Amino acid sequence: MHQAREWNGDWDWETGSRVIADTKPWNESYSEIHEFVTSRDGEKIAAVVKTEDDTHVPCVNGQPWSNTFEKAWSLRFCPDGRLFCFAMNDDEWTAVVDDEPWEETFDFVWNPQISLDGRTLAVNVRSPEGYGIALNGRSWEQRFVEARSCVLSPDGLRTAANVQMESLAEGDILGFAKGVWSLAVDGRPWDARFLNVWGCTFSDDGESVAAEVRPNLIEQTIAVDGKPWEQRFKAVWEPVFRPGTRDVIAPALTGEGWKLLVNGKPLWDRSFTQVWHQTFSPDRRIVAAVACPEFGRWTVVVDGNLWPCTFSHVVMPPVFSPDSRRIGAIFRDEGSWGLVVDRDPWPDRFDMIWDPVFSPDGDTVAVKAEKRGKYYLAVNGKVYPRAYDAMWDPQFSPDGSKILVRAIADGTFHRIVLPVSEVVG
Amino acid sequence: MGLPKLPKVSDPGLDETAKMLTPQRIEEVINRVIQKETAARLKVYMNTCVHCGLCSDACHWFLSNDRDPRFSPVGKVKQTLWEILRKKGRVDPDFLKECSRIAHTECNVCRRCSMYCPFGIDIAYLLLLVRRICSLLGLVPQFLQDTVNSHAVTLNQMWVKQDEWIDTLQWQEEDARDEVKTARIPLDKEGAEVFYSIIGPEPKILAQLIANMAQIMTVGGVDWTMPSLDGWDNSNMAMYSGDFETMGRVERVHHEAALRLKCRRIVMGECGHAFRGAMYDGPKWLGWKEPPIPLIHAIDFYHELLTSGRIKIKQKFEEPVTVQDPCNVVRGRGLGGKLREIVRMTCANFTEPEPGLEHNYCCGAGGGTINCGPPWKPSRVKGNRVKAEQFEATGAHIIITPCHNCHSGIEDIVAGYNLGMHVKFFSEILVQVMDVPEDLQA
Amino acid sequence: MYDLISRYLVWIAFAVFVFGMAYQFINLVIQAKRDKVIFPYMTWKHSFRSLLHWIVPFASKNMRIRYETTIVTFFFHLCVVLVPIFLTAHVVMFSFAWGPSWSSLSASVTEWITILVLLALVFFLLRRLMLPEVRFVTYPSDYVLLAVAAAPFVTGFIARHQWFDYETMVLIHMIAGAIMLMAIPFTRLSHMLFFPFTRAYMGSEFGAVRNARDW
Repeated sequence: MHQAREWNGDWDWETGSRVIADTKPWNESYSEIHEFVTSRDGEKIAAVVKTEDDTHVPCVNGQPWSNTFEKAWSLRFCPDGRLFCFAMNDDEWTAVVDDEPWEETFDFVWNPQISLDGRTLAVNVRSPEGYGIALNGRSWEQRFVEARSCVLSPDGLRTAANVQMESLAEGDILGFAKGVWSLAVDGRPWDARFLNVWGCTFSDDGESVAAEVRPNLIEQTIAVDGKPWEQRFKAVWEPVFRPGTRDVIAPALTGEGWKLLVNGKPLWDRSFTQVWHQTFSPDRRIVAAVACPEFGRWTVVVDGNLWPCTFSHVVMPPVFSPDSRRIGAIFRDEGSWGLVVDRDPWPDRFDMIWDPVFSPDGDTVAVKAEKRGKYYLAVNGKVYPRAYDAMWDPQFSPDGSKILVRAIADGTFHRIVLPVSEVVG
Repeated sequence: MGLPKLPKVSDPGLDETAKMLTPQRIEEVINRVIQKETAARLKVYMNTCVHCGLCSDACHWFLSNDRDPRFSPVGKVKQTLWEILRKKGRVDPDFLKECSRIAHTECNVCRRCSMYCPFGIDIAYLLLLVRRICSLLGLVPQFLQDTVNSHAVTLNQMWVKQDEWIDTLQWQEEDARDEVKTARIPLDKEGAEVFYSIIGPEPKILAQLIANMAQIMTVGGVDWTMPSLDGWDNSNMAMYSGDFETMGRVERVHHEAALRLKCRRIVMGECGHAFRGAMYDGPKWLGWKEPPIPLIHAIDFYHELLTSGRIKIKQKFEEPVTVQDPCNVVRGRGLGGKLREIVRMTCANFTEPEPGLEHNYCCGAGGGTINCGPPWKPSRVKGNRVKAEQFEATGAHIIITPCHNCHSGIEDIVAGYNLGMHVKFFSEILVQVMDVPEDLQA
Repeated sequence: MYDLISRYLVWIAFAVFVFGMAYQFINLVIQAKRDKVIFPYMTWKHSFRSLLHWIVPFASKNMRIRYETTIVTFFFHLCVVLVPIFLTAHVVMFSFAWGPSWSSLSASVTEWITILVLLALVFFLLRRLMLPEVRFVTYPSDYVLLAVAAAPFVTGFIARHQWFDYETMVLIHMIAGAIMLMAIPFTRLSHMLFFPFTRAYMGSEFGAVRNARDW
């Protein structure tokens, strides 16, 4: 959803293909190579490798980090190009960014959340004192019996997790029914307790938090900053804030079926067999969601209007173009995957397809797709004939005229810049 | 009718919660469920059942309790739903406690009876409806409710914390390497062909099964992954307690974990109820006619590995074996034939159970009954004498059970009736007999 | 009186039966749509496959286990439909009133069939009384339904043999027949209508969805 911003302006946009790394020699140097990851600008490829002395180390463009670890996992590039992983030595875990481990270590670390600009990084941690979150190497002062999520505010400054406030004896169903779960923001829990807290989200200014809560065994609702909506439902799904406001929108199972609600009241008149993954356009004006208008058929609903095409298996969360004009969503229908953009499904079907990427002006849409084990770039419905063994999401140049393809062919990682005109023909 | 008194079982999930009920609340909940949550099936089944009792011979509870009519399928419906409907919901807490006992602990919702009813009435559906009512009123046996609470909190069945899950996988990966040196459990591998999901008890108490699978996947050359976060557990006891909202949440997280990782398909471990939840009940509640991506049970997957030659057999397992046909994948998916094929491909000495395939008796543990916990174990074991007799007649030493509920339930029966047999998952046989190529051997 | 009943009651009974069945059928369709998960899973193939295995005697396992019930049930249901339609007196009456006529069973055949039906009903009654699993789920209404089913045959048999006052007996017979006809759509006798649908649904769920057999 947040793609092709100005920050990629200083990337190398010269048309042509460049070999970044030949990964074949890695096989000779290392007994084991884990999954490859690549930086967004296509300048780096990395993987955790196992060295001769049985240690694990991230290796970037063929160069291993200086630090080695007994274990390393969850390797990924941040949007700003820094390389992150979790690593363990002497039973102490921590996060490592660009070969620099955080000072603080933990019994365990997991669930990395990286802000959109890549500058902040939050993870779930467990230490002898309990469970919490660490943000950019500094952990919450408070620890909890358990913390089961790690949510970062859009500005990357605040963190939240659903937390257990009291421990329960095994089988204590009566204690559980009283509610021992809450939501902690920056380590400070809400006063309110619930049976469950799930799916928390920040407002875009980071000041307000909403989450799904279960006040008793048979009711669910949304709580905003610890205060539940008056209305109760059989079930709800993850809320989102309307950007720039404190309005919270969430799907709920009402007597008439699933509905999208805003602050507890219906957003649209219609109800669905299912509705979820509500998403706002970047300009904050449009809300799109995945809907099931009748049992076993799926489509996209935009501001209450269903798209006419429906699909049999699944429709994935809708993706807006940066200019908010266009919407794309991938779907699985009658056994194969496809993409629908603005109500029109592309004619080609694939074995797998990734979320669409729009050019900044919205005119061009590109996807990574897989057919018979090979990966292809497809743009505006046209499949570029070159096949790759591995590939990452395409990226557009700031003016939308070029596409950056990151791909592996014959063991070599290529950084390819293609003019859109060449792909579209 | 002069029937012997059944032993009284105390369970705080029923005894304590029943004290909080009022007549108004009972009536309101029951009528809401009947009016809002049921339609054709309930109405037609109630009008069609001619009280003929022909479903009785289907039920292992009825047969094992010396044909006590209280344990026949229709007898259970009569003692619960017929009374609830006849009294239009004006029933008391003590009656509802009995309803929960019958529906939650004395019926495995195995659906054998719908194969014996001349009309094909889905009697299990009617008992699940009773469970639904009980669950909304808070009347669920303690241990089952605790499992459902675990599902609601952790999205897995056994209160496994997120860090414990990942830690267990990493530890099992190391264990697997003792046998197959390149064995790996790739976490969160986007675009893997197989999303492998298992049930909560595996990381909690049967972690070795995960290491077994890492060996099988590696030897079979399978491109697979498991998620590091929630969604790895495919089990669903909320489906059985009657808490359908929690059931839906658990299934959504499971399927969306696989969708997010862009896997081609889900392969489920050896569990039957989990298959039912992920394949049928869960998707249905969410609006999916079928799971959003292909989903197969372990039996299907092993069959694929063995028939395609991706896994070869070094030497067949010699001890006499028989199989337990898990209801939810045999009556529920027709995998009985494939189960026999893979057993014959790996075992030299196989004896058919009688009855078998779709007509097999439930293990007695399924449908959430084993999760009702120790208080209900004596009646559960007593209620499946026919199962013990069935296995004894095979003369086998090993019972292969490709289902976790069956596995535990049959262990209880083997112990309860002194059968002297052992219960194994198919994967335990497979790792023992598969040919590990030299370059992979540790 | 006879005229009144033969002219109007039969009409009313038929109307109630036909409209009652139509009402139940339409209601079934509406309710099945409300259930949402019924129609999307149904297939003709698996519906008929299931029906076939449960209409042909001994084609399903339970019919083989409970063979005595299977034999009795099969003949009972066959006869209970055949006798009213093919009895000479009924055919003559129908053709006298409305014109069309069809071949009918001979009197002695009908007589034997009637006896079989009554014996079958006695069998059902004994089952209810003697088998604990049946007795446990028997309500007084089950005996009433047996009586409702038996009445037209008993009274018809008596009338044919002219054991009591013939005209009165025929009247009672007609009333009994009318009661049974009218009861079908609104009692558990409606299994006559629902049987193919419950079977078709279970057959589809077993066959099309779960890839298994339901017999």
